[in-house]
Amino acid sequence: MNRAALESVIQGSVDRHRGKPGPLLVILHDLQAQWGYVPDEAVPLLAEALTLTRAEIHGVISFYHDFRTTPGGRHQVQVCRAEACQAQGGRQLEAAVREHLGIDWHDTSADGMVTLEPVYCLGNCATGPAVRIDDAILGRVTPDRMRTLLDDLQREPVNISGLMTEAPHG
Amino acid sequence: MAEVRTIYVPNDTTAQSLGAEDVARQIGRALGEQQADIRLVRNGSRGACWLEPLVEVETDSGRVAYGPVSPDDVPGLLAAGLLEARPDHALYLGPTDEIPWLQKQQRVTFSRAGIIDPVSLDDYQAHGGFAGLEKALAMSPRQLVDEVTASGLRGRGGAAFPAGIKWNTVLEASADNPGNPQSGRKFIVCNADEGDSGTFADRLVMEADPYLLIEGMIIAGLAVGAEYGFIYLRSEYPIALQRLNEAIERAEAESWLGSDIRGSGKHFHLEVRLGAGAYICGEETSLLDSLEGKRGMVRPKPPLPALKGAFGQPTVVNNVLTLAAVPWIVEHGGAAYAGYGQGRSLGTLPFQLAGNIRRGGLVELAFGATLRELVEDFGGGTLTGRPMKAIQAGGPLGAYMPESQWDTPLDYEAFTEAGAVLGHGGIVVFDDTVDMAQQARFAMEFCVVESCGKCTPCRIGSVRGVEVIDRIIDNVNRTSNLALLDELCDTMEYGSLCAMGGMTPNPVRSAVRHFPEAFEPSSNASAGAA
Ligand SMILES: Cc1cc2nc3c(=O)[nH]c(=O)nc-3n(C[C@H](O)[C@H](O)[C@H](O)COP(=O)(O)O)c2cc1C
Ligand code: SF4
Ligand code: FES
Repeated sequence: MNRAALESVIQGSVDRHRGKPGPLLVILHDLQAQWGYVPDEAVPLLAEALTLTRAEIHGVISFYHDFRTTPGGRHQVQVCRAEACQAQGGRQLEAAVREHLGIDWHDTSADGMVTLEPVYCLGNCATGPAVRIDDAILGRVTPDRMRTLLDDLQREPVNISGLMTEAPHG
Repeated sequence: MAEVRTIYVPNDTTAQSLGAEDVARQIGRALGEQQADIRLVRNGSRGACWLEPLVEVETDSGRVAYGPVSPDDVPGLLAAGLLEARPDHALYLGPTDEIPWLQKQQRVTFSRAGIIDPVSLDDYQAHGGFAGLEKALAMSPRQLVDEVTASGLRGRGGAAFPAGIKWNTVLEASADNPGNPQSGRKFIVCNADEGDSGTFADRLVMEADPYLLIEGMIIAGLAVGAEYGFIYLRSEYPIALQRLNEAIERAEAESWLGSDIRGSGKHFHLEVRLGAGAYICGEETSLLDSLEGKRGMVRPKPPLPALKGAFGQPTVVNNVLTLAAVPWIVEHGGAAYAGYGQGRSLGTLPFQLAGNIRRGGLVELAFGATLRELVEDFGGGTLTGRPMKAIQAGGPLGAYMPESQWDTPLDYEAFTEAGAVLGHGGIVVFDDTVDMAQQARFAMEFCVVESCGKCTPCRIGSVRGVEVIDRIIDNVNRTSNLALLDELCDTMEYGSLCAMGGMTPNPVRSAVRHFPEAFEPSSNASAGAA
């Protein structure tokens, strides 16, 4: 990570949220949006900018499921593991995704394209199983359709915004 | 043939997840080609998830509906006269208002959802929006708090604490706090963490009628003397985030938010803060720590957040639905709201039918109907067509209810008596293929993943819980492990600081109690020492 770039992004985020009380989470979201993770080198810079200790910053980053400390894949795939999706075949979908990618939760596929994360409810519980691919939430996702989606993700170029336009009963 | 003016294609998460964007694009293209003088409006959603994407066509005699419309259906629909509101298609549903599933509901909070363009202030006002706020601007804080108290409104986030009592505490609290940079301020914090599986009513308010929540928060501010509000929104809701921010921006531009609201001399500033994927941050004290940019650790109470909440100042923390009920209450009076419901459960509750259900979605009803009416009359049984076996009500910390309990009235007290919870109104249906031992195991596993880590019974107890249930499933020392599980549940129930550890035993114990056969050796073939 280029230190000058890092400093400028952090400074930009800190400046943008100056005046907001308790801005650490807001800033961490900014960094994660920029790089897909919060680099270790950011910790001392954040500590200094916000007059917090490094331990405090580490503590916050490690507490939340959203924040990564290492780069993830190009796409974030979240599969809902919660009860309402389980009731609609979610457990089978979970198994199919893990098997198809050959990785477990929190891992990234060997080609670096997909990071797989569990999620506990996407608020799409009447039309599950639900999946989120980057910012697109999909409903009624069958194992077959999911395999196709994953294959598409692992092939470039990818049209993410087009994802939501797939037929729902693939 | 009636003249068609407007076509509506919903844009909430569920509709989008089923292809609404593509549906809208195809219809928009057809409108362009025909140079038709018809508006395409993206409405929120009526909450009939089972009919999404629900396309509506407005004629001078009202709106007619088609659904569920997948992108593949659009060419056929257009050919069958969608743009003339013709009934000649299998997906034609007739006038939207006469769809029994919608017609039989008692929509108070959700009266506008799906009818309007969610971010249009004109639509909002044309459909009664801001009537509560206009009235509130002329009322005293005391009058507002009394109105909410009279409504009997209880917190919709789970704990069902009377909203009026909470507001009164904040109204009477002193905000003087020498040495605190926030001294003098009170806060309204909207809990939009909606972490319970099977719930999406908060999301629907935010995506289909966001000004309703904004209006409720402004009124709460007027009632307790708070000029700053936060919406703490879970990061799993990207569409709600975008829509809230757009609504706030527009409301500010029209001076419904910010300094000097509509020339009244009153102020209210509102900001959305994003969570970061932690279920426990729905618990109000954990939420407040998270809002302050810290780890979301649960704080012991007292002090109550009402007295020492956000940034150490007096704070109202209310769920989205609690705040969204307020404009109606102020407009129509607390007594009118209390006219719905029964006993100490007054008003309406937006139930959410989810899981393996044929007609899932948002069903707003006065308290008092039965669970069976909800899942059978509205839900229409399971989607798979198999018999229903268990219903988990009230989220992941709620009990699994067997058929013998389905005649329980939907009422906080009646559910408590049945050893269950209504919570945020999520109703998750399972068919007879469900493995209840696995569901019990999952409840413990969820607690492992989401515990904030402060208390041992929750942090370690849940890990032990998974192990013990695995042994029961593997038929290893079954009887003694069942006894151990029961003891473990006691320890969690009595030794946890908050309901995460304290209520995880609910789904576990109800599964064991009501579905004992699932924990019998015969139902899981793997052998082991008995
Ligand atoms: C583990 C846990 C999770 C919770 N999650 C939520 C939530 O997602 N949304 C919510 O409004 N309340 C949630 N609550 C309840 C809040 O602590 C609190 O009671 C509520 O925000 C108060 O608002 P209300 O009175 O309007 O319900 C949760 C409580 C616990 C113990
Ligand atoms: S019960 Fe669990 S989640 Fe609640 S405070 Fe204790 S450790 Fe944290
Ligand atoms: S349980 Fe999967 S989206 Fe809610």
